[in-house]
Amino acid sequence: MIEARGVRAIRGGREVLKGVSLEAKAGEALAIIGPTGSGKTTLLRILNLLDPLQGGKLLFDGADVSAGERARFLARRRMAMVFQKPSLFNTTVEKNVSYGLRVRGVSGTEIAGKVAGALREVGLAGYENRRPSSLSGGEAQRVALARALVTEPDLLLLDEATANLDPRTAEAIEDLISRVRDGGITVVMATHDLDQARELADRVAVLMGGEVAGMGTVEEIFDRPGSEEVARFVRRRQRPLHG
Amino acid sequence: MDEIGAGFVRAMELILTLDPAVVEITVRSLLIAVASTAIATTIAVPAGGLLHFHNFWGKRAIINIIQTLYSLPTVTVGLLVFLLLSRSGPLGGFGLLFTPGGMVVGQTILIVPIMTGLTIAALSGITDQVRDSAISLGASKRQAIFTIMVEARAAMMAAVLLGFGRALSEVGVAMMIGGNIQGYTRVLTTAIALETSRGDIEFSMALGIILVSISLIVNLLVNRVQGRWWT
Repeated sequence: MIEARGVRAIRGGREVLKGVSLEAKAGEALAIIGPTGSGKTTLLRILNLLDPLQGGKLLFDGADVSAGERARFLARRRMAMVFQKPSLFNTTVEKNVSYGLRVRGVSGTEIAGKVAGALREVGLAGYENRRPSSLSGGEAQRVALARALVTEPDLLLLDEATANLDPRTAEAIEDLISRVRDGGITVVMATHDLDQARELADRVAVLMGGEVAGMGTVEEIFDRPGSEEVARFVRRRQRPLHG
Repeated sequence: MDEIGAGFVRAMELILTLDPAVVEITVRSLLIAVASTAIATTIAVPAGGLLHFHNFWGKRAIINIIQTLYSLPTVTVGLLVFLLLSRSGPLGGFGLLFTPGGMVVGQTILIVPIMTGLTIAALSGITDQVRDSAISLGASKRQAIFTIMVEARAAMMAAVLLGFGRALSEVGVAMMIGGNIQGYTRVLTTAIALETSRGDIEFSMALGIILVSISLIVNLLVNRVQGRWWT
């Protein structure tokens, strides 16, 4: 579905990604874990074609989308990203959720049905006329998820989508992500929550210092880490959660 | 003190009885200011958008010049436009000097910088996250720019209202380009200056009260749109 080959990114004079190569296959859920500052968000933004890359290649369904505005635009229309902060538009929930459809020129009658369906899916039926200022953090993030899902993307990118939420709300969002994954949409999620990665992902990539330090199935990364560096990170991060 | 009190009462009478001269001057002032603001909006909003969304060499210098022009004395603009519109000036052929049309040109030149600057400020107030959300949801560059402008609507509306307020309350351009001709180019500010010098304090006070009331309404609207517009 999407593949990064030797992707390099320089931000503020610093090399944030130093030749990252990884692939998310169609229909799988890939978690990108790593310490703060390891380049997870930068990588996700590059995968969403929001930011340019300074080296390497990005392939979407086998086609090179590293450059060429038209190719990038068309590829971007087949994906959607949910950010750590929902950053909803200052209008109604209905207008937020229908945004992706409106920019694609979907007809008004079709939009109404799809928006209602997406809001039902995230448990916010009847919220159409609410405004972002009246929503809780969890509700806002669910609207952001509905806004992304309503466009029926082939690839859903999630950047720490539950980081700012209380455990119960985060769990509700995780249930949603799990349903999305089971529905066959390819999911790439950056998370610092190792339990979440273990729960939701098919495969895990460990990003450290802008490089892929390990990549494999959930069992391979958590139970049989290939390097001491990955083992240390995975154990250290899990200790407070389990003990 | 009594004179001021009596003048105030008489001024209110002139306003409440809809004195024809007061109404005529007020309506003309509003029409000229509305026309200037409408034309300035069609220049300032695209110009502000262009300056905000595009990076080019000299952009910072242009923004600095625009900001300097905020406080341009109205008489300086009046002089400039007078030279442009006078019979021997480059635009003299249009015959706009001492006409309401000439006043519209002058007031437009006066308020375009402040409206452009405030448009840039309004657009800068929208976070990059809005752009990112729009692009990531499939918006084209043009659609994303439109979304950012819609998000900045309250601050941009405030820019338009502030431009209107400056056009309505300025005196230099109106006096020098309009010439304060009775029944033709006389507006609130020029009439106040003239009637005060002629000693008709009551008439001046009536016009002054109207001018301050309109300014107050404009300010209330600015606060309204910056606070809870469309909620």
